[in-house]
Amino acid sequence: MTGYGGGAGALAGLRARWRRLTVGRWLVTGIPWLWLVIFFCLPFLFILKISLSEPALAQPPYLNWIRETADGLVSIVVNFGNYGLLWDDSLYVSALFGSLQVAAISTLLCLLIGYPMAYAIARAPTHLRMPLLMLVILPFWTSFLIRIYAWMGILNTNGILNNFLLWLGVIEQPLEIMHTSLAVYIGVTYAYLPFMILPLYATLSRLDPVLLEAAADLGARPAKQFLTITWPQSVPGVIAGAMLVFIPVMGEFVIPDLLGGPDSLMLGKLMWTEFFNNRDWPVASALAAVLLVVLIIPFLLLRHYESRAEANGEEAA
Amino acid sequence: MNNVVANAEQEPLVRIRNLSKVFGSTYAVDNISLDIEEKGFFSLLGSSGCGKTTLLRMLAGFETPTEGRIFIDGKDVTDLPPYERQVNMMFQSYALFPHMTVADNIAYGLKQERMARPGRDERVREMLSLVQIEKLGHRKPHQLSGGQRQRVALARALAKLPKILLLDEPLGALDRKLREQTQFELVNLQERLGITFIVVTHDQEEAMTMSSRIALMREGRIEQVDSPQRMYEFPQSRYAANFIGNVNLFDGVVTSQSGDQVLVDSEEAGGQLCVRHSQPMTVGMPITVAVRPEKIRMVQAGDDLPNQMQGVIREIAYLGDESIYHVELASGKRVKYTQPNVQALAELPLTWGQTIALGWHADRCGLLAQ
Repeated sequence: MTGYGGGAGALAGLRARWRRLTVGRWLVTGIPWLWLVIFFCLPFLFILKISLSEPALAQPPYLNWIRETADGLVSIVVNFGNYGLLWDDSLYVSALFGSLQVAAISTLLCLLIGYPMAYAIARAPTHLRMPLLMLVILPFWTSFLIRIYAWMGILNTNGILNNFLLWLGVIEQPLEIMHTSLAVYIGVTYAYLPFMILPLYATLSRLDPVLLEAAADLGARPAKQFLTITWPQSVPGVIAGAMLVFIPVMGEFVIPDLLGGPDSLMLGKLMWTEFFNNRDWPVASALAAVLLVVLIIPFLLLRHYESRAEANGEEAA
Repeated sequence: MNNVVANAEQEPLVRIRNLSKVFGSTYAVDNISLDIEEKGFFSLLGSSGCGKTTLLRMLAGFETPTEGRIFIDGKDVTDLPPYERQVNMMFQSYALFPHMTVADNIAYGLKQERMARPGRDERVREMLSLVQIEKLGHRKPHQLSGGQRQRVALARALAKLPKILLLDEPLGALDRKLREQTQFELVNLQERLGITFIVVTHDQEEAMTMSSRIALMREGRIEQVDSPQRMYEFPQSRYAANFIGNVNLFDGVVTSQSGDQVLVDSEEAGGQLCVRHSQPMTVGMPITVAVRPEKIRMVQAGDDLPNQMQGVIREIAYLGDESIYHVELASGKRVKYTQPNVQALAELPLTWGQTIALGWHADRCGLLAQ
């Protein structure tokens, strides 16, 4: 131990350095954990708690689990009925499927539109890439709400799109787009497209173009080059983009509320109705909890398979 | 009419005619015409920016020539895309597909030509054993060392048994020991498979070791095409003489020619130089005498060397197997002279400041136009 001449003093110094190192490490990993606990775990526990209580006409509009009964006894009442209600009432189930459908289809639309855009930006001359990316991000500088209102102005029966098409003579009657699910798809795809493009751009720009030359050299035509080289290597970006679109769209409220009609039933909108119109906090909380579980399960599965694939890769080494 | 004549004396495998490639306003390749014979090891040698890689990429089909035609096996391939050419390339960066195993990388080209599964697997096994990495088939490229990756790249490019294999700096990323070993393996492979190898390299030693023919390139043009031996012994320009190996150049003027002896008066050499040269020369013509350092020797008593001069040793570079001496002549010109270190400690070691007499035979040097 004392072989290096420093002796006990050096050892103590090393220990102190180690301690500082671990403190630093705790700080670095601790801050995001703290963030997660305060802004995710705790609120979720509150929601979970509310979802298991009984609704009441009170302030707040639910009953505590722990109650003193008239004869001085303390009783704990946990109510699972809200979840039962969600299951029994077809409204909630169809809202869940409605959300899943809108999220799935708009994720697909974002992918179909975003992939070529991300590819084009990644292959653009270096000096053009940053300006093009800026154009993708630029809409974020305007309020989300205002942008959706703008779409109302475009899609209205009396809106820009209809007027333009009428002026062109393509249509005789204004199209009924506003307050249909088509309007929701348009709005959602528009709003979430950048979230698809950015991670896709990140993976596609890292792709070495010489790999495509190698594939061409070995006899692959351009379509085959894409399918066998570009696409498989961009899958991580596709997954990241798809999650960034799918997850928030599942809980989306503003777009279906402003652009959608009575047939566009989505969880987010329903939650809003339960919370603020019906003031049924327990049911609304149960909905939120179910939504979280629905979103977290595929995510965990994905992580599981990813880590298994990684483990396989290392095993082979 | 010309075609008949050309066919009679066996068509070369690759025929390049007046090929140019312009990037912006610079000629990367400037009006090159070149024939490459079948079953050889052909090197495109030159310093960076000489156009050798552009020429190779035009052969592969990655660059479209601005002018000129390329014929492979008598067929005009100038406008064919890379995936329709019977030419495969080994890339400088290897360009292995990172998401595929070694075996899938090698099978990629075979899948493109829809080779059936059993034959494909068999070919992959053959290729793996050909480059001696039988056990690595299931690995991913990132799990390989640089040398192993190089072998995979080679196996993948060879898998389709192309007519021509193009290699872009194939040994550039390997360390020195591995490079020397791989040089011989490449040559053996070429001889065994009978595939024509066209190699781009900037390393003259590499080109000398491996090639059956070398095309020395400079600024988009071809300086000289020759066998390694002729390239070294009979360089046709100062550039070629300097690029390959070491050389001493003495500028002078032709003073007379009798038979195959040319006399050159060179101020730098401090007198007359005698060169064996059979082509007729004009008296008074400025000329350069080129002599390789190892062709020079120390003058001993009774030597009858036509070219002799005295100088002072200024620098000594001890390389182990040999030493290079920089000898300064009276004219101030420095002559490089190498001597093998036959004895561990020379009996009469040459030292700095010592005056020595050097000389060489008339047939050990050459003439270069100025």
